[in-house]
Amino acid sequence: MGKVVLVTGVARRLGGRFVRRLQREPDVDRVIAVDAVPPEHHLGGAEFVRADIRHPMIAKVLAEHAVDTVVHMDVNGTPLGRARGGRATVKEINVIGTMQLLGACQKAPAVRRLVVKSTTNVYGSAPRDPAVFTETTPPKSLPSGGFAKDAVEVEGYVRGFARRRPDVAVAVLRFANILGPSADSPLAEYFSLPVLPTVFGYDPRLQFVHEDDVIEVLIVASQDPARGTLNSGTFNIAGDGVLLLSQTARRLGKPTVPVLLPAVTLLGSMMRNVGITDFSPEQIRLLTHGRVVDTTQMRETLGFTPKFTTAGTFHDFAVGRGPGLLPPERLAHAVDTVAAMLPGAGVHRPYEEEPNHG
Amino acid sequence: MADAKVIPLDEDTRSRRGTARPGGRAAGGRRKNAPAGQPELTAVPAEEHSEGTAPRRRGLRRATARQEEGAESASGAGRGDGGDTAAEPAQEEAAHAAHAAPSPGSLPLPVGMLTDALGGAADRLLGGSWERRVAGGLSFLRRRITGDYEVDEFGYDEELTDQVLMSLLRPLFDNYFRIEVKGVGNIPSQGGALVVCNHSGTLPWDALMTQVAVHDHHPSGRHLRLLAADLVFVLPLINELARKAGHTLACAEDAQLLLGNGEVVGVMPEGFKGLGKPFSERYKLQRFGRGGFVSTALRTGVPIVPCSIVGAEEIYPMVGNAKTLARLLGLPYFPVTPTFPWLGLLGMVPLPTKWTIQFGEPIPTDHYPPEAADDPMLVFNLTDQVRETIQHTLYKLLVQRRSVFF
Repeated sequence: MGKVVLVTGVARRLGGRFVRRLQREPDVDRVIAVDAVPPEHHLGGAEFVRADIRHPMIAKVLAEHAVDTVVHMDVNGTPLGRARGGRATVKEINVIGTMQLLGACQKAPAVRRLVVKSTTNVYGSAPRDPAVFTETTPPKSLPSGGFAKDAVEVEGYVRGFARRRPDVAVAVLRFANILGPSADSPLAEYFSLPVLPTVFGYDPRLQFVHEDDVIEVLIVASQDPARGTLNSGTFNIAGDGVLLLSQTARRLGKPTVPVLLPAVTLLGSMMRNVGITDFSPEQIRLLTHGRVVDTTQMRETLGFTPKFTTAGTFHDFAVGRGPGLLPPERLAHAVDTVAAMLPGAGVHRPYEEEPNHG
Repeated sequence: MADAKVIPLDEDTRSRRGTARPGGRAAGGRRKNAPAGQPELTAVPAEEHSEGTAPRRRGLRRATARQEEGAESASGAGRGDGGDTAAEPAQEEAAHAAHAAPSPGSLPLPVGMLTDALGGAADRLLGGSWERRVAGGLSFLRRRITGDYEVDEFGYDEELTDQVLMSLLRPLFDNYFRIEVKGVGNIPSQGGALVVCNHSGTLPWDALMTQVAVHDHHPSGRHLRLLAADLVFVLPLINELARKAGHTLACAEDAQLLLGNGEVVGVMPEGFKGLGKPFSERYKLQRFGRGGFVSTALRTGVPIVPCSIVGAEEIYPMVGNAKTLARLLGLPYFPVTPTFPWLGLLGMVPLPTKWTIQFGEPIPTDHYPPEAADDPMLVFNLTDQVRETIQHTLYKLLVQRRSVFF
């Protein structure tokens, strides 16, 4: 008998993609897709059940379909669509929804495996933190609110569940900033601005993970572990390497406007109140101090190697967005023109490897 | 005209630091193909059109001709004694001068005149290889403005550090503090090492200078990765530059990760206690924290290299500490020196003391068992050993020192 997988949060594009991908796995028998609103995209051959995970009804769904694997993807920072709800609704779905879902799982003896999508936001971003977070690093300053706090609470409930149901394999995947050609996260929104406001005097280190890799690692975590690997526990998921915010701006070809930190905070809260953008304080902290996580556990224990590096992910994202005001190609061409005007440029060929000066 | 010939030579040898330049020698070979008469012929019309630039250009040509002569004789001498290092720069420079000369003729007339005139000025200012430098600078600029460079997970930008940050600090190192570096070979050429230094001087110039010392003087050109106080990462601009220069927060996690990656890590265990101590207590080492650096070295099995810095104590003689003001500003201390804050920013100019940086014999830690890092007695003993070594070396260097400023 094959497996029955229940996936929450399928009305989002990432959830929808995961559901379609999951059906191609040979040992997956049925996929039950759950969300409170019907998705706009098709879900392949998955059975869509319209259920709100904040209501106890979810327990019935679990029992009725004899679900043995639960993939909880309905932990998100932004509301789905522009119209529906604000921060309060998001928090309720994240926290109350997870509590209900875990309560239902606890009562469902068939459940053998639980995968939870979390975020590296749980580490916060502070100048006094170590440069690289491992899964065991305690955050110096716990996130005070917003999505990061939700994620911390969600992880707390998941830990409680793992204690009460030791027979269930629990995997918590902490994703770095998810980007891809069709990403619609607050960070993707930020990178779509024509001019990027940055915090004066700070150049944060950022890490990205590609949507394709997110789907693949969720597949790895929701299946039985391959030989020599272990897919229960907490794992940081991020592409290799690091990009500075200044590098991302130059690669996008967008000018940056440094703004003093107090002004940024003020501007952010004003814009949030007016409702122009949902740019939260934790996003501002990320763009001030940056965050880098260690992915050794992902490689060695989980046995997953992402296809895209951080730079590769960003490139894929940038290609989908079109050029900015200062396309890097044009700037490079301008420099080349100047170099060609140099006397002796023909003899010298300046782009051969120059010996380093000192 | 004599300065046009002498200054570049001098400048070039200094900037080169005896590193091998295979490219330069190859170019030197190419020089022989360039016909000597060509520049004269092609450049003549341009000279007739412009009266203003003519004398300068003539001067330039005379200078290049002389340089070529000089190079001829120098390279001859070099061949004679089998590779005299002084001959190399001269040869290379002459090669560039030879490249420069024929090309203006191929450019449109006004552009040719302009670049030629600028070239003459640049030649005199920067030395004969200005073109190569400009080309190198342009390709550097090209990489920077398109974001096509790499940083490591700590935000260390090796290219920027090598090409810009170190070049900014080098004049201070060479000409202002005239730092003498001893025993830099005690840092292993491969694998991790923990360099432990004394800390002094109100502002952490000593840490930056140690970084230059390792970068410029170590035979394998190793990079020192400094561990900095958390205050550094709170301040805007400073934190950005510190990360790009390869510094990171002084915590066990970061130190262990860096040492595990085989980097040379620099640490000042005295911290603010050493940096902000009054002038009267100069060269008295403060407490070495809880010995966290020793535990980290034991855990990673890397050698500890004690490092003593003499001269940094006197750059800002701190005679007072405005504690209330410091607390108000959130700083660990607020220095009062004979010049600061009375002269404002001018008071922040350090005194030009003469420095010595001595790297001591490495203390191996790889023969201890893994659980040694959790043995407080051993950690304390090793901490004391490192501290004593630095203190004794400081006394020795102070006895040898002729004066604070020379």
